[in-house]
Amino acid sequence: MKQIWIITKKELKGYFDSLMAYIMIVVFLGLSGFFTWLYGNNDVFFINRATMQPFFGIAYWTLFIFIPALTMKQMAEEYKTGTIELMLTKPISDWQVVTGKFLSTFLLIVISLALTIPYYISIASIGPIDHGSVLTGYLGLLLMSAAYISLGIFASSITSNQIVAFLLALIIGIFFQILFGITSTAFSGITGDVLSYMDMQYHYNSITRGVIDSKNLVYFGSIILIGLMASELSLVKRNIN
Amino acid sequence: MDINVNEITKLYGPQKALDNLSFKVKTGEILGFLGPNGAGKTTTMKAITCFISPNSGDITVGGVSVLQQPDKVKSNIGYLPENNPLYLDMPIMDYLKFIGELQGVKKSELDNRVKEMVLKCGLNDEKHKKIGELSKGYRQRVGLAQALIHNPEVLILDEPTTGLDPNQIIEIRELIKEIGKEKTVILSSHILAEVEATCDRVLIINKGKIVADGTPSELRHKAQGNEVLKVAINSGERNEVYEALKHISEVDVVSFANDEMTAFEVESKPQTSSCEAIFKMCAAKGWYLTQLTPIEKNLEDIFRELTGGTSAN
Repeated sequence: MKQIWIITKKELKGYFDSLMAYIMIVVFLGLSGFFTWLYGNNDVFFINRATMQPFFGIAYWTLFIFIPALTMKQMAEEYKTGTIELMLTKPISDWQVVTGKFLSTFLLIVISLALTIPYYISIASIGPIDHGSVLTGYLGLLLMSAAYISLGIFASSITSNQIVAFLLALIIGIFFQILFGITSTAFSGITGDVLSYMDMQYHYNSITRGVIDSKNLVYFGSIILIGLMASELSLVKRNIN
Repeated sequence: MDINVNEITKLYGPQKALDNLSFKVKTGEILGFLGPNGAGKTTTMKAITCFISPNSGDITVGGVSVLQQPDKVKSNIGYLPENNPLYLDMPIMDYLKFIGELQGVKKSELDNRVKEMVLKCGLNDEKHKKIGELSKGYRQRVGLAQALIHNPEVLILDEPTTGLDPNQIIEIRELIKEIGKEKTVILSSHILAEVEATCDRVLIINKGKIVADGTPSELRHKAQGNEVLKVAINSGERNEVYEALKHISEVDVVSFANDEMTAFEVESKPQTSSCEAIFKMCAAKGWYLTQLTPIEKNLEDIFRELTGGTSAN
């Protein structure tokens, strides 16, 4: 546990030292704030209700784009510069490296989301708000972020090129974000059911609406675990002939 | 802390990088690892540091197996990988602290250890810079400081002096020698003079197999074969001297040394030395002997002899 935290600390510090974190936070707050408060036919004033739904809708997409940019260098850069060898010849396991990196990106997302709490306070002060659904909304965002971070780290772990890692993470992400949902309508029976279960929007919507079902949690949990284990596997691969 | 490499084999696809390699390193020994490119030096080091695991065989460091307790082995080793990978966007101090923490240096000692390493490796003036801003020589020092931060029992250095200028090379060598007094050090290199200058023992490997093992002087001796002397005699007629030398019973071949007019290269017959006879002959004839030196093969010749076929191709 201590080793994981050392990695997490280092990576998180790296985000803040390299401006990455600030850019992420500023653009994320800017985009989500703009669409929540000012623009479009879905902002708080237009729909005239005290609700965080517009925010959760836009944050879901902003994070989807941003997370691959945050995870792309996690493993790829280590391969490229050879520092992976430096890291793995210290008393630390492959799994600890992967989870440490996962946690650092996750904490950065937590920080970004924590900075949107003023939105919540503002909206709560202008009208009656459903506190429960705000809570589950944040939970949904955290879960979907964790899932994409885990997939992003996997994408980064199979290449030493950051751009490839970014695009790959986006492509994998698009399947969960859109494609599974769309294709599920074209199939009936079990194939359709499986595809619609794979659709992230479906689980995200159900959580943000305030319905937390164990099947949603299992869904996110398994994506996170599979992503991390696949990343570990691509580290272990160096020993397989 | 002893290192015991026991019959390790490592395959990269169909290629055998290490072929049933075994050797031992004793505490306090500085072992030089020599070999042409692709001989398996780096692979061996990676196996000892638990970065890759061998297909068969085992390595123990201080009696602990790399296969069973890799974390314990890793915490006893300080490792400077080939090409010295570093996190370029980290400041030196942060970097050393990070590695120290990973290596399990206690929080209370960490700051002192970092300061000590910075001083020992001559980084004091640069310590607040980012690693990416440093020159190659300084980066190499950071690499060494990183390897030494937890005061490891075993130090493994993969080509520690590549890319350094001659002054820095000498400094690093001194540092390695200093460290090697109490620790076990393995260093690889393809600069032979370096190995000769720093190491107690040399291991030459080729195609994943050990081809020579011994102290530098032992190796030289082994490869020497017949004694070869450089003889310079400053009086007498050149051909006369040549004939005289040839008639000494221990002498096998005499040839004119091509650089000096008065010098000869004299090869003795196997298992004999002709020094005494040459001296006596000169004394008897009243000739003035200006030079009588054994020509030693240097490590380079031995290296070429042992690994010849492959490095020439």
